[in-house]
Order: sequence, then C-alpha cells, then structure tokens
Amino acid sequence: MRKLFVFILTISSSIAAFSQEKIYSTKSGSISINANTPLETIEATNSQTLSKLSDRSGQLVFMLLIKGFTFKNALMQEHFNENYMESSKFPKADFKGNIINLSEVNFTKDGSYNVKVEGILTIHGVSKKINTNGTIVVNKGNIKAQTTFKIKVRDFGITGKYIGEKIAEEVETTIVCKYD
Amino acid sequence: MLKKISIFFTIILCCNNSNKIFAQSDTSKPVDLFADLETESKKSDNNTLNKITSAFKSTRVVNSHTVEMVGKHNLDFRISHRFGFLSSGSYNLFGLDNATMRMGFDYGITNKLNIGIGRSTVDKEIDAFFKYKILQQSSGKTNIPISIAYVLSAMHYGLKTTPDLSFSNRMSFAHQLLIARKFNDNFSLQLMPSLVHINAVSLITDDNNLYSLGTAGRIKISKRVAINAEYFYQFNQLANTTNSLSLGFDIETGGHVFQLHCSNSTGMNERGFITNTNGKWGNGDIRFGFNIVRTFALKKSSTKKTW
Repeated sequence: MRKLFVFILTISSSIAAFSQEKIYSTKSGSISINANTPLETIEATNSQTLSKLSDRSGQLVFMLLIKGFTFKNALMQEHFNENYMESSKFPKADFKGNIINLSEVNFTKDGSYNVKVEGILTIHGVSKKINTNGTIVVNKGNIKAQTTFKIKVRDFGITGKYIGEKIAEEVETTIVCKYD
Repeated sequence: MLKKISIFFTIILCCNNSNKIFAQSDTSKPVDLFADLETESKKSDNNTLNKITSAFKSTRVVNSHTVEMVGKHNLDFRISHRFGFLSSGSYNLFGLDNATMRMGFDYGITNKLNIGIGRSTVDKEIDAFFKYKILQQSSGKTNIPISIAYVLSAMHYGLKTTPDLSFSNRMSFAHQLLIARKFNDNFSLQLMPSLVHINAVSLITDDNNLYSLGTAGRIKISKRVAINAEYFYQFNQLANTTNSLSLGFDIETGGHVFQLHCSNSTGMNERGFITNTNGKWGNGDIRFGFNIVRTFALKKSSTKKTW
C-alpha cells in the first residue's frame, strides 16, 4: 500500500516537472569574436551577454552591448567601436531564434545534444536570417549552450578599407552560455 | 494510523499541486522570449552605464594632452616633429631644413592612470608626466556630462650653460586640469586651466608661476579624419613670448594615429608650448609638424578564452 503511494507520488511529481515550462537564463554568457588575418590579431570577448532559452517553445534569445567587447589592444577596441560598429549609434546586437529540433533535446537527462538554430541576428542595425548548428550540454541540471559560426561583416553594413585586408571578411563568432 | 493519515494528506496535497501546475501550463501560452527581450533591452538602457569614449582620437590634441588615456598595459610610442618657420623663406625651404623633435613613451598602468617620459631636441629637455582620469563622461545609469583628467608634468632643461645651473634651477613643472565634453560623435571641446611653474626664469620681471587657460576642440569630418585646434590664453607670460595656437588633422591608419598640423610653438612639452612660444601667426611664423603614434599591447588581456 505504502509502495503504491510512493509510486503515485513519483509519477505525479514527474508529470509536474515535464509539463512546466522552464526558462533558462544567464546574464554572463560569453561571446567572442575572431577576425584574425596573417597581418593582425583581432580578438575580443564579451562576457556579459544576456541569453534566455525556453525548453517548451524552443525560443532562444541573445543580447549584448557592443561596447562590452574587450580587446587586448585598447586602440583596436576604440576603432572597433568608433569606426566599424558605430556603437554609439547601434549600441546593441541581438538574436531572436528557435531551436528547430527541440524534440531531440531532453533537458532533464544528462548528455550532449546537437541542435539546429534558426533566427534573426541584428548587428549594426541590420537584421539577417541565420542558421547554425550548436550543442546543448545537460549536466546534472546545468544547461550549457555553445556554438561557433561565421558572420560576413559586409552583410551587416559594416564597412572599412581594412576589411578583407587586415581584418578578416568573415568573423568567427563563438558563443558559450551557462544557464542558471 | 497517524502515519497513514499524514501520508494520505501528503499525497492529496501533491496531486492537487501537480494538477494545478498541469492545468496552468496547459492553458497558458509559453512565455514569449522575443517580447521579453524587448523589455530586457529597454531595462538595460536605463541600467547600464554607457561610457562616452573617444572625445579625441589621440592622447594629444597637437601639443597638449587630451582626456583620452592610453589603455591598461598599452604602450604608446610617439614621435613628434616640428619644422622651422614658414616665414624663414626659400633659403630654408620654408622651414623644412630645420627640424626639432620629441620622442616619448606613454604607458597605461591602468585605464585611469598613465605615466610617460619624453626627450625633446629643443633645449635638450627631458620631461615626465603623470596623468589621472578623475571623471569619465557617461550616460544611462549615471549621467556625467564631462570627463576630467589631471596632468602633472616635470621638465628638465638640458642645455649646457655658463655658469652651470643647478638641477633644481633647470626644473619646471606644469599642473593641468583637463575638462572635456563630447557633445556628439563629431564635436568635442576641452578646457585646460593650467599652471606652469618655472624654477628659474631669466629676467627679474618674469613670473615663476604662469597661469593660462587652454581650449581645444575636435571636429570629425569622416570616420578616420578629424580637425583639431588648440589655443592657450596666458594670463601672465614671459617677456617676448606669445600664446600658442595650433591647428591640425588627425588621420587614423590602422594601429597608427597620424597627426599633421601647423603651430606657432616650437616646444612640445608644457613649458615649451604654453609659456615659450615666440612665433606669431600674423608674421607667418608657422611651423609645419606631425606626430606619429604607434600603440603596443604589452600584456595579454585578462579576459582570456576559457574554453
């Protein structure tokens, strides 16, 4: 009799866990960019990225401040903000997208899941649809998402004569977010 | 019996609970994260401190310091050249035959504290400075309308003299407060109340403490080119000297900032250009000159990749 009670209890609580939408969020996601060329090392990291992820709708969003990117070379950081990103005019970049294959991810079971993400990336005031593959790692209830993809600088209206010369035309972007 | 009752109640409670959650999540729509992001975005506009940086392209307008700092662990190598007076005519190729220079290193201990040394050919002077950023112009969370920096510089006169001057008689010092505001992306203005103290002056009628107010401005004409001007009004001055006026261009070329300008000053340290300018613009006593700056990042950034 008692065992039955325990069984019912387990069942009912697990149903509750499944049916409830959980929003995973972080304010300290890390996004780094790499526009290295043989002529110049151009790397920067922004570790104050806001990101949220819904395990029910599969919606995935990112937002960061362009000025939050830190470079090794302060002058390079200034040029990045002043000449290329025009960060006083376009202070933020964001992404609004969806995990297309959400059904393949089990947020309650440890493991590494490959996900396909599709959405709108807005940088420098220009919005563009992008597709990328990433991974979601579930480890003891902790969710970590990561991906690497390339952004064509010119697609987002970012211009400058050094692009394609000292600065790579395609910027490799790496995202690592550990959600709370 | 009591135990059984308590278990029974627990289960009832749990079921109730789970039913509630079940019902709730079934009927209510999932949270729209896209709309949520818009709200977060608006919230962050008010909550983040937006530093208004790059009031000037470089740490110098032409001769004078700006509120801009050399970044942490960055080293600026700066070479400044001034040619002779245009008014010296074709015999001197309008000044190009004579050149004076200052070579200097500026180092960022932190983003707010810089030190630097330099050596000028004019009067064989060695100078050193200490610069501290007191206030950073910002908007958003805290609204600060201006940036303020303090510069203390010391200069050592190096020419051989008869009779020989003592070390302290060769020294002069300058205190400057730099108050700047970037009005918009294209226009910045800076005021510089300054005090130059010269330990030994050549005439008995000369003051040791010389007060002046400098004004500097920048107008950006494209992403990489800006027009700069600086003028120092002296409240009291040494005999046979005049106020310093310089006009120039800042041109950015990748890791370099290239500054081209015309000035009536010869010296490139504070004693030199604020208090020892003797050329008159009206007489064509204008020098063509340039500064070249190269920035080196000496240490790896502290924000290393952790994956």
